[in-house]
Amino acid sequence: MRKLYIASLLIGGMALGSTASQAEDKDWGAYKVGDKLSGYTYATKETRAIQDDDFENPAQIWVDQAEGNWSSVEGEAGKSCESCHNAASDSMKGVATRYPVLNKNKAAMVNVEQQINFCRTSQMKAKAWKWESAELLGMTAFVKLQSRGMPVNVKIDGPVTPYYEKGKAFYYERRGQLDMACKHCHEDNPGKYARANLLSQGQSNGFPTYRLKWQKIGSLHRRFRGCNKNIRAQPFAYGAPEYVNLELYLNSRGQGLPVETPSVRN
Amino acid sequence: MLRALAVLAVGATFSVALSAATIAAEPAKLVKYEIKDGNSIPKSLTGKPGDAKKGREAAIHRKKGNCLACHTLPIPEQSFHGDVGPDLKGVADRYSEGEIRLRLVNSKVVNEDTIMPAFYKTDGLNRVMKKFKGKTILSAQDVEDIVAYLMTLK
Ligand code: HEC
Ligand code: HEC
Repeated sequence: MRKLYIASLLIGGMALGSTASQAEDKDWGAYKVGDKLSGYTYATKETRAIQDDDFENPAQIWVDQAEGNWSSVEGEAGKSCESCHNAASDSMKGVATRYPVLNKNKAAMVNVEQQINFCRTSQMKAKAWKWESAELLGMTAFVKLQSRGMPVNVKIDGPVTPYYEKGKAFYYERRGQLDMACKHCHEDNPGKYARANLLSQGQSNGFPTYRLKWQKIGSLHRRFRGCNKNIRAQPFAYGAPEYVNLELYLNSRGQGLPVETPSVRN
Repeated sequence: MLRALAVLAVGATFSVALSAATIAAEPAKLVKYEIKDGNSIPKSLTGKPGDAKKGREAAIHRKKGNCLACHTLPIPEQSFHGDVGPDLKGVADRYSEGEIRLRLVNSKVVNEDTIMPAFYKTDGLNRVMKKFKGKTILSAQDVEDIVAYLMTLK
């Protein structure tokens, strides 16, 4: 299976085994699109090397488990993901580039985690997986991996626009006792150090990510909660509409960057 | 901004502070201060000069000033100084004590769009975590101590 990942990586046209150091103003290849820079370009050389090698990337443990779950029957309907979607490499290809999308009754945006749980409860009649459980993180990463190397391309027009606008407003709204907005760190100051942390553009294309600090794979909403708590703001719940709209807005900011799941970050 | 004396009486919220002006017990007991020329708070918040040595510690402390998150300071025993804001070496040559005090209390008076937190303010904030609600980041004493420390940076 590992060979397959590497093959898809090569097809994605992404650089393997990058060796240039942080300080060098290097050619970042697919990781830089216009002025958009993936978090990869802000990670240390050592961290990038782990992401570059699927055999070393610890996130693959969760992904491998999810690959097994793809075809395992669960729930009262007696179905697995595979029963409806066949081979993930075909059916899930491109999904990560377009999510979040409007849900069926056009009343909210759904991201990949929520779509997976919707399939589980409505199609499989199985229990929803908990946010940040190994199962949900792994399946999200496995699904997104099928788009690795493909450019992020979310729709923000038509009925989606109001959700996009909400996400954008969130990004520029100050909050917390430290009274900062996302933009203060990730739009005004990428490339600067906040103590020992090199601030990135806060792009979403690598999630779920294996973060060395967490020693674990984690969701984008975990990252949102962390960034909210750091400025002493009351975080929102995992999967809250506020965060899904923010996810849509972030993806649109990163339009054109390659899906990098599962990335590795400091 | 350039009007002479802006008097700020900071209560829990402005409306509460104004409508309940005669009620003795105010929810947030912030010291009142005056902003001069939109650029400085000339008078000490505590009525006394601060302690520069304590100020240096409060500037380093991650749960107090945490100034090193964004600024470089002449504090060689601490590694990883941030560079989001300007180097504060020589800051007392560039600013008066009152100007430094205002930038600590509420730098948004000077630059509305700044990333630098207002260290002595509780009003007008959004979704503050419960345990920090109604509290300032620094006490009036901490502010004065850090002002005293920054005044040594010549
Ligand atoms: C006080 C500064 C600060 C604020 C404000 C802030 N962040 Fe972050 N953020 C960080 C730091 C530090 C990191 C870790 C290093 C990096 O990737 O920038 C980070 C990382 C991220 C990442 C991971 C990027 C990657 O490639 O792995 C995302 C996404 C992100 N932030 C989004 C947000 C959003 C959305 C908001 C507002 C809700 C926000 N941040 C507010 C400091 C901040
Ligand atoms: C999150 C970032 C951040 C933190 C934390 C921070 N500052 Fe600042 N500070 C800035 C920035 C950015 C500026 C530049 C002016 C502006 O944007 O308002 C600044 C400007 C200043 C100035 C004016 C200096 C000049 O040369 O213009 C002083 C004085 C100052 N800060 C002191 C402090 C002290 C003392 C602390 C800690 C108690 C602190 N700052 C914490 C970001 C920060």
